[in-house]
Amino acid sequence: MQTLDELIARSPVFAGLAAAQLELISACAVNEHFAAGSYLFHEGEPADRFYLIREGAIALEVNVPGHGSHVLETLGEGEVVGWSWLFEPYRWQFDGRAVSSTRVIGFDGACLRGKCDSDHELGYALMRRFAASMLARLQATRLQLLDVYGDVHVA
Amino acid sequence: MSPEGVAAGPMVPAQFTVAAKRRHTADTWTLELEPPPGERSQFVPGQFTMLSAFGAGEVPISISGDPADEGRLVHTVRAVGAATRAICAAREGQVLQVRGPFGRPWPVQEVAGADVLILAGGIGLPPLRPAILALLSDRARYGRLRLLYGSRSPEQLLYPEEIEQWSAHGLEVELTVDSAGPEWLGHVGVVPRLVHRAELDAQATVAMLCGPEVMMRFAVAALLERGIDAGRVYVSMERNMQCGIGHCGHCQLGPTLVCRDGPVYSWSALERWLAIREL
Repeated sequence: MQTLDELIARSPVFAGLAAAQLELISACAVNEHFAAGSYLFHEGEPADRFYLIREGAIALEVNVPGHGSHVLETLGEGEVVGWSWLFEPYRWQFDGRAVSSTRVIGFDGACLRGKCDSDHELGYALMRRFAASMLARLQATRLQLLDVYGDVHVA
Repeated sequence: MSPEGVAAGPMVPAQFTVAAKRRHTADTWTLELEPPPGERSQFVPGQFTMLSAFGAGEVPISISGDPADEGRLVHTVRAVGAATRAICAAREGQVLQVRGPFGRPWPVQEVAGADVLILAGGIGLPPLRPAILALLSDRARYGRLRLLYGSRSPEQLLYPEEIEQWSAHGLEVELTVDSAGPEWLGHVGVVPRLVHRAELDAQATVAMLCGPEVMMRFAVAALLERGIDAGRVYVSMERNMQCGIGHCGHCQLGPTLVCRDGPVYSWSALERWLAIREL
């Protein structure tokens, strides 16, 4: 069975960080479990955490008045959920729901922010990794907006 | 049924009768066509026919049936233009005109021993269905078989019951949609994201893709990023096919004619030409 430190070190988002940096990150982390259908966070709530998915999936949702919840994206194993802890006003922009029984590593964002402020090497390394994740998801969102399945045949 | 087998030549259509019809979504139907007496529906996965309803124009439609079944010719058609609307509107007993089959197939036999990753988007699944059925019919010859299939919404996913059967017979399936309500338990997001997440052995994997060209382009980029060689990535292209036999030139793509040299190409043979926007 892998320890929390090992799981973090082997995750795509933290891979390649120095042992001392991983130690700082691990100190802000705990294992968590969410039952299928339960919410990790809701829009507008303080965003003081982020999550690394170990197993299961998390849906990012927005509630549309009169139409209920709408899933914008699902995130799976090895992916990070939550950027709002990095940026003011530190509030969740969407709802996060466990699609299935989901195990995550939860990180104390406020704790990690403090460490990044006092250790800019760590801050830069983490920011690079989160920026890469944001870029990948921004590009996917742009493709999603194209609605490519709307008009395939021309005959 | 083969271009050579039609005495009048490949430009003269054969008369097929609509024997059965099934609706999948608001605009997509599967038609089972009975060949003329004495003819059989022989084809290889990936081939297409030129299909028409009287007076409404002719269109290239990939064959979506089981290649092991030489009885009826099966097409899944999305009604989005005059020709495809007329085909989808055909009633049981009505006669449709069929030329073909034409084109080069998916390399189903050639990839024996490999892991096969199938990526489909929207109406791109029907052209891959014969390949999936052929792979599953000889399951032991292949490594991991996986399907990553994307659609606009859960309601627009094609063949949902059949996908469950494929899954039970050794095809690992991941479905994703662009948009869904909370009741949907699959992924929401684009197919290339599934490629980034997939656990795969790049050296052992062969990929086959069919879907909107822009989806394929980004999905191929994701595959190459994962280390899969461009020569092991196959795509099915759609262009303005008209004659089906490489005479008219309407479907020219670089130095190739899609109806004759495609529709299935390896990415290594195609990427240079797809990079030229004017083509």
